[in-house]
Amino acid sequence: MIVETQSRRFDSISLDNGATLAPVDVAYESYGELNEAKSNAILVLHAFSGDAHAAGVSAETGKPGWWDNMIGPGKAFDTDKYFILCSNILGGCRGTTGPGSIDPATGRPYAMKFPVITIRDMVRLQKMLIEHLGIQRLLAVTGGSMGGMQALEWAVSYPESVAAAIPIATTARHSAQQIAFNEVGRQAIIADPDWSEGNYYEGKPPARGLAVARMVGHITYMSDESMREKFGRRLRSKEKYGFDFSVDFEVESYLRYRGSEFVNRFDANSYLYITKAMDYVDLAGEGGSLATTLEKVKARFLVISFSSDWLYPSYQSLEIVRALRRRNLNVAYCELQSNYGHDAFLVDVAEETDLIRGFLTSTFKDKVRETAA
Amino acid sequence: MTTAVATQRKPFVGELLGRSDYAIIGEIVEPNTMVLDLGCGEGELLEWLAENKGVDARGVEMSGVKVQRAIARGVSVYQGDIDEGLADYPDQAFDYVILSQTLQETRTPVKVLREMLRVGRRAIVAFPNFGHWSVRMSMLFTGKAPKTKLFPHDWYDSPNIHVLSVDDFESLAAREGLTVERRYCLAGHRRITMLQNLRAEVAVFLVRK
Repeated sequence: MIVETQSRRFDSISLDNGATLAPVDVAYESYGELNEAKSNAILVLHAFSGDAHAAGVSAETGKPGWWDNMIGPGKAFDTDKYFILCSNILGGCRGTTGPGSIDPATGRPYAMKFPVITIRDMVRLQKMLIEHLGIQRLLAVTGGSMGGMQALEWAVSYPESVAAAIPIATTARHSAQQIAFNEVGRQAIIADPDWSEGNYYEGKPPARGLAVARMVGHITYMSDESMREKFGRRLRSKEKYGFDFSVDFEVESYLRYRGSEFVNRFDANSYLYITKAMDYVDLAGEGGSLATTLEKVKARFLVISFSSDWLYPSYQSLEIVRALRRRNLNVAYCELQSNYGHDAFLVDVAEETDLIRGFLTSTFKDKVRETAA
Repeated sequence: MTTAVATQRKPFVGELLGRSDYAIIGEIVEPNTMVLDLGCGEGELLEWLAENKGVDARGVEMSGVKVQRAIARGVSVYQGDIDEGLADYPDQAFDYVILSQTLQETRTPVKVLREMLRVGRRAIVAFPNFGHWSVRMSMLFTGKAPKTKLFPHDWYDSPNIHVLSVDDFESLAAREGLTVERRYCLAGHRRITMLQNLRAEVAVFLVRK
């Protein structure tokens, strides 16, 4: 399945911080066919470093989508039955307006003049896209990690527009530890002299800082066990220690590779803005309760966490589940056993597929029944 | 699928999903109600109730593997412990709370029963009858913890930690001030009315506060 990323421009969008962005572009892809009743649309929401290319083979790069193992004919998100949409987030650097986009006021990239955005802003832009496509109500919204935060925000902000939500390996409130890791990443970028207060678009990007930020990120996405299995203490192309600071261990080589590869596809300023948006996530609000925030929610939920995910641990999913139960909402929850840490939602998909397929089938059946009645 | 029903008048009870207690539960539950099944296993009963009675079906199950299978069949189940797990539900959230063949496995059966009737208007409780003659005979003649068709486990690997008889449940219901709306005592597929505590293999109670 060869897919092309499409783009849509809107005149403007109002943001949570009071600013307005005008114009705003959104890059998106779709898979499968929208049915006549427009009742089979599922919005897939990508995680921090993802993009609109969720499935199929990119016409541009020839690469498979980031969730290609979950989206396609006969897969968890079955494109024979459902119409799947995925768009790049606001603040991103893969086609949707972000800090690297041209500010029409100056004719130069926004850089740090880009307004600080929130997850709700991202969701607001997605809602504009959905309306543009003529879809009143989504069958489901789903995503892992930051994608899960967007899925929760959808259910809260647009209760009439979401029949079901599948937040995976995520949280309704960013914890001190999660903020801390994000701050290390941001400081690595800001400390790189090439960052130049964000004005590097005409020169050299802060590649070293961004690579270090990504290295930290990758450690948090794995688990102790998966790192032991994948690397152990194996040495990289050598029999003995080098007694210097070149690469000795496989794990060092892996992190350096991941870091440098990331620089080629990601904008350092987007890193700053998107991690900040995540850190602001607190659906309960200061001193408030999550159950109160969920008051108007109507969607049914499937919440999934993974046993070895220490970045978004199961207790955070359970907090979501408990709050949903307090509202007497329809929620299924399962902690899947996996060694892959936070990455599990992307790579360990066999059981995840069974859960999502069953959940979507019954949601779709209910919706058809509802429409008939 | 067998959908034979048990009624007050008919002495014979059919099977639902291979079980006669399910047939009774399937008959008790009114259509288009909200049902919570505690210890719902792989969600077979909930699926049947959703399909055939238009019930809004939810479940709680301890075993992660069973939870996965239940969700995969489209039933909203969450992984949790019955002894602790009802606290989050609002009062009177459900029309029925079902506890089938599980009361004897809970650590705090009285608390569970009270919680069931806090979150639900009615409780349906089905359990194997420890007062059955085969249990009494087994104990009498072997002098060992009874092993019977109803209670097939050795004492050391039995999940049943709070075994009870039909009369035990009646006493508890009276002590708790509960109204027994219906009581079904079964021996095989036969509904029995005489010497229930001695002859019933399985009992199903419908109670409310």
